[in-house]
Amino acid sequence: MSLITPDFGLLFWMVVIFGIVFFLLAKFGFPVITKAVQTRSDHIADSLKAADEAQARLAGLAEEQARMIEETRLEQSRILKEASESRERIIAQAKEEAAAEAAKLLDHAKVEIAAERESAIRDIRRQVAMISVEVAEKIVRKDLEGDAGQQGLIDRMVDEAAQAQIPN
Amino acid sequence: MRKWLLILLLLLPTLALAQTPDPVGEDGGVKAESLDMNAYLFGHVGDAYEWHITTINGKEIALMLPCIVIEDGIHVFTLHHAAEHGYTLNEDGKLVNAQTGVRPLDLSITKNVLGLMIDSVLLVLLILLCARWYKKHDVLKEKPTGLAALLEPVIVMIEQDVIKDAVGPEYKRFSPYLLTAFFFILINNLMGIVPVFPGGANITGNIAVTAVLAIFTFLMVNLFGSKHYWKEVLWPDVPLFLKAIPIMPLIEILGLFTKPFSLMIRLFANILAGHIMLLSVIALIFLSVALGPVLNGSLTVIAALFGVFLDCLELLVAFIQAYVFTMLSAVFIGLAHPQPEHETN
Repeated sequence: MSLITPDFGLLFWMVVIFGIVFFLLAKFGFPVITKAVQTRSDHIADSLKAADEAQARLAGLAEEQARMIEETRLEQSRILKEASESRERIIAQAKEEAAAEAAKLLDHAKVEIAAERESAIRDIRRQVAMISVEVAEKIVRKDLEGDAGQQGLIDRMVDEAAQAQIPN
Repeated sequence: MRKWLLILLLLLPTLALAQTPDPVGEDGGVKAESLDMNAYLFGHVGDAYEWHITTINGKEIALMLPCIVIEDGIHVFTLHHAAEHGYTLNEDGKLVNAQTGVRPLDLSITKNVLGLMIDSVLLVLLILLCARWYKKHDVLKEKPTGLAALLEPVIVMIEQDVIKDAVGPEYKRFSPYLLTAFFFILINNLMGIVPVFPGGANITGNIAVTAVLAIFTFLMVNLFGSKHYWKEVLWPDVPLFLKAIPIMPLIEILGLFTKPFSLMIRLFANILAGHIMLLSVIALIFLSVALGPVLNGSLTVIAALFGVFLDCLELLVAFIQAYVFTMLSAVFIGLAHPQPEHETN
């Protein structure tokens, strides 16, 4: 039954050989490999995490961008509204001012017209008076040699002149 | 269609053999002799002082290995010259003193020792070449090629899925040993399946080899066991009367030895059984010579097909046994390092 009785020689050699193999592989073999693999898997894990963060940051940026666009649009519409308001206001103001100016001009013109008429009437009166005086002089000069019928004509003419003067 | 082809293939050698009147008789007596099953089986699975490679025309081609015997000084000789040094083989095929019949201290480089050496050199070369790749290349920039690409997935699988899970947070201290054990067993299992030199030695199916592996695991478990582990062994959390008469400590101490013992027997028995199964199937060819050419021919084909099947099975077993040995060793090491959450129980 040599199959199940361990042979001393083989035990001895197995200890020696396995010991040497174990020493060589545990010192120069497996630690190098497992360390390299570990380094790589750490690197992969880090990269994945970094990629995740970048993705999140990108999503944040997109959100920020959308928010900014929205803000800009609001700002734009606000500015447009303000502009149209101020335009309306300016136009209204200009209209008002123009109306006021026109009214002022009109008043001025009326006053001037009135003054003109006044002075015209005064001129007319003066001239009427002078004409009357001249007429009167001529009549007087003629009638001083005329008769009583002529005296009646003089009266009538004076009356007429006086009547024409009254309305103003 | 395929089924018919298979049947035709099975019948073809039968027909060919049936037409030759006596195919084995002309070759000489060697094959026609009935097979000595005992010598055949134990010659293949056992250890020897020579590495028998093949026999061509009755002439044996074998590698004569040095016998080293320590008895009144060191004697080194080959088996042919054993008698000159006063040694002979006993019925188990071991060297004994010719006069007294006592086994001397026998440190011979036997078939298994040479096989161990060849496989170990192969393993060390493979792993160190793989390690050299990692030294010479930047792992962050290049993907593994060649040997590294072959070995890395296996190493990572064993370390991450087996060792890390079973041992726990301290796994880095033990992973070199466990990886060495895994690859050592794997390469010896695989080389054991290769039928020609330098494979074919039944190394992991030898109890001395598995015993040494089990002893290494035993040392790894118990030399680095934590204080808590020893407390659980010698003074477990059981009622006092079980400890006063030391029943539980006795069982626990027995358990320390049964664990590596089971590792030893499992690996040994599985590999030995695989070899014996394969050899038996092949022996069918030679045993059936006496039954006539028709049966012999068909049995040859069947034995060859069955041999292919068994070889595939053995490939699987070679991996599984290495895996199981590593996993159980890792579990035992993990048990020797109880985690804090176990302490509260």
